[in-house]
Amino acid sequence: MYHDNRKTPWWIGLQSRRGLQEVFVSEGDVVTPNQFLNELPSYQSLVRRKPSSYGTMDSRRSIRNQKHLLSREPSCVESFDSDFNNPLRERPISIQEKRELRTIQTMRFQNATAWGQWKDRSRSVFRKFRDDAAGLVSNLQLWRSNIHSIEGKFGTGIGSYFSFLRFLVLLNFVIFLLMFCFTTLPVAISKQGILNSSQIIPSSVEAECTRYSPVSKGLLYFYNNIIDFLSGTGFLELTYLFYGYYTIDTVTVYIIRYSLPLAYIMVTFAYLLLSIVWIVKRAVEGFKQSLVHDEDRFQSYCNKIFAGWDFCITDQCYAHLKHSSLQYELKTDLAEERIRQRKEKQSRKDTIKIYALRLFLNIIVISILGGCFYAIYLATSYSQEHTSPITQKTDRLSLLIEYLPSIVITIANFITPIIFETIVRYEDYTPAFEIRFTLIRCVFVRLASIAVLLISLWTKITSCSDQSCKPCGYNYKDYPCWESRVGQEMYKLMIFDFLIILAVVIFIEFPRKLLVTYCSWKPAQWWGQQEFEIPANVLEIVYGQTICWIGTFYSPLLPAIATIKYFIIFYIKKKTLMENCRPSTRPFRASSSNFFFQVILLIGLVLACIPVGIGIASIPASKACGPFINYNTSWQIIPATVDSFPEGLRKTIYVIASESFGVPFFLLSWYVLAF
Amino acid sequence: MGNKQTIFTDEQLDAYQDCTFFTRKEILRLHERFYELAPNIVPMDYTDDPDVKLPIQLIINMPELMENPFKERIVQAFSEDGEGNLSFNDFVDMFSVMSEMAPRELKAIYAFKIYDFNTDNFICKSDLEKTLNKLTREELEEEEVTLVCEKVIEEADMDGDGKLAFADFENMISKAPDFLSTFHIRI
Repeated sequence: MYHDNRKTPWWIGLQSRRGLQEVFVSEGDVVTPNQFLNELPSYQSLVRRKPSSYGTMDSRRSIRNQKHLLSREPSCVESFDSDFNNPLRERPISIQEKRELRTIQTMRFQNATAWGQWKDRSRSVFRKFRDDAAGLVSNLQLWRSNIHSIEGKFGTGIGSYFSFLRFLVLLNFVIFLLMFCFTTLPVAISKQGILNSSQIIPSSVEAECTRYSPVSKGLLYFYNNIIDFLSGTGFLELTYLFYGYYTIDTVTVYIIRYSLPLAYIMVTFAYLLLSIVWIVKRAVEGFKQSLVHDEDRFQSYCNKIFAGWDFCITDQCYAHLKHSSLQYELKTDLAEERIRQRKEKQSRKDTIKIYALRLFLNIIVISILGGCFYAIYLATSYSQEHTSPITQKTDRLSLLIEYLPSIVITIANFITPIIFETIVRYEDYTPAFEIRFTLIRCVFVRLASIAVLLISLWTKITSCSDQSCKPCGYNYKDYPCWESRVGQEMYKLMIFDFLIILAVVIFIEFPRKLLVTYCSWKPAQWWGQQEFEIPANVLEIVYGQTICWIGTFYSPLLPAIATIKYFIIFYIKKKTLMENCRPSTRPFRASSSNFFFQVILLIGLVLACIPVGIGIASIPASKACGPFINYNTSWQIIPATVDSFPEGLRKTIYVIASESFGVPFFLLSWYVLAF
Repeated sequence: MGNKQTIFTDEQLDAYQDCTFFTRKEILRLHERFYELAPNIVPMDYTDDPDVKLPIQLIINMPELMENPFKERIVQAFSEDGEGNLSFNDFVDMFSVMSEMAPRELKAIYAFKIYDFNTDNFICKSDLEKTLNKLTREELEEEEVTLVCEKVIEEADMDGDGKLAFADFENMISKAPDFLSTFHIRI
């Protein structure tokens, strides 16, 4: 009646006798009681959107009719074809009917020729092979069964945290392979003397800038070795671990001249670019879903009722918890609704009061942040002043002084979330916004503290009192090899971060569980078991990853340490989750988690690019160590190399690098990535 | 690869592969699970397509369904007689639709059936109340239940008849980001 029969055959949308509402009214059909309502234009317009899902037909009659059709009207066959754009397995009919349909299909499309039959057979063999291969490959996927069991017990939100951890292990491993193959391996090979290589000879550089002898002058006590290991100084300083060791200029393999400095800087850009592309790709998958998620406010109740229960749950305790959390969510929503209605009736005076209070509290927050950052700056300056390589390291406090910036940052990262959570309660926001706002503040503190550390380091490196920087461009007396020092700071941060995660699990979470289980003291029971807070845990690992990204340029083996660190953290977190935690009553949406994790990671990456960029382009490279002795800044090697290219290539590169080409190209690549 | 099994013919396995989202190995595993539910009723040899149905009580005691508040409705939605007695075909069909490879549209059709308690092809207020009570184990107060049901109908009902037809439901589900990841049973 409404459709041209040639385009949409009358029997389209087979539906079973399991009985969905018949929607299409066509000739020779059973008339249903609701036919009149279904003919309303508004309903029909909805229906017309997806005709294949709706149609109802008596299936046996339709299949019989198809067989009839086939024998009688060959011209109907093309319209037959259009229906098979919808694969068999995606139709809402029972398997028995699908099998009958399938025999009809194969009957009709049975290839009479031997070639056709061979094609069919090889297609099914290929499909079998492909399924077996896919099964094998998915078995190889790291930690598949672990994440599977976590999802079963704690839900997909927490499962996605562990998938995220797995992604980071993989990312760090790939970055490590990149750095290793292109920088460490050539240096290692040439130091063994296997290939022809030339050391860097400092030319046109003041002699005093090149003085650098990092071996500690103190007696080699075992205790000194431990300090050296934990802070990357002493015996560790002039090793593959840090930038200072990479002093090879070129490695000659037959006729190929492999320039290590160029490789070093190119691989830095490569790993940053690789990380960006990979993360954006993963983020885009969740982006579109997240866009939809923002429409959530228009159907939040529907989402909770119809998509709230996770059908994967098999654990009784978790099911019980899920019921409670759904109940909690609904009650919160109803409470929010009441608050919203109250706010609408709010008088102007009240609104002004609230805004004034918010302003005041934000000023407090900013001053707290300012205080933390100043403390970090002081700690860094003190630590740098008291750990110059010249002083003896026999003082027991020296380890503490070495780690002072890390300790202060960690304390700040522990205290500030608690303060923010308390403050935000007085700011009178909706509960959902409260959570998000606190999270944004915590992200800011975590990432900004690294920035402050680096800024204070750099002021020290480039601080020149009375002409002391003139010969070399940086403070060469205290920092003969400043890149290694930055690398050491990043190394210390990473080690300390790992130790803190271990310490929290061993000394806080396990005892808490023991306390709650075995002690019936009232306050202990009120404190309760640990909840696995996803946002805090995600921030923790993003923080570690940001340190890794910044530090890799200054310490090429840092990604390997990060890989091992995250590998161990996976098992630690899984253990503590299984033993000590109960799932959070504030459920974390699985759909938005992936996007949320990738966005935070991306923020960390963008933040990491800035210090690396400044370090490469703006601060003069060390003249006493590293591959860039003969260049003003590390970046300079690139223009120098481009200048040595033949004329045509040089012109092309200038054109590509110019803005008129670069900006549209950049935008185009984002567009391609996103779609 | 290619160990001799005598439960199904190759042709049957091919047919199952075309009609469901499972591979050969998974179908054989599903048969094992089906068999374990009632070893004295379910034959090991399915080459002649025996018509063996298992009652609903056996199916809903499976660990995958045990904790699900909608387990009876799920099994009833996939059964031929609407009472919950599943043959092996229905059993496989159920897990195929609930697997992660099934598309949203297909899942929406069956979700609608599951939530339609009185099988009148509409999700009306009483269906919603039953759904809500199953979800919260009847811990919400009556007034809150009524309020939430009203909100749901307000959000999803487009033709204004006070109940959700399939078109309303599908439209709403297409905007629910969690649906695909939660409406998924792993077996």
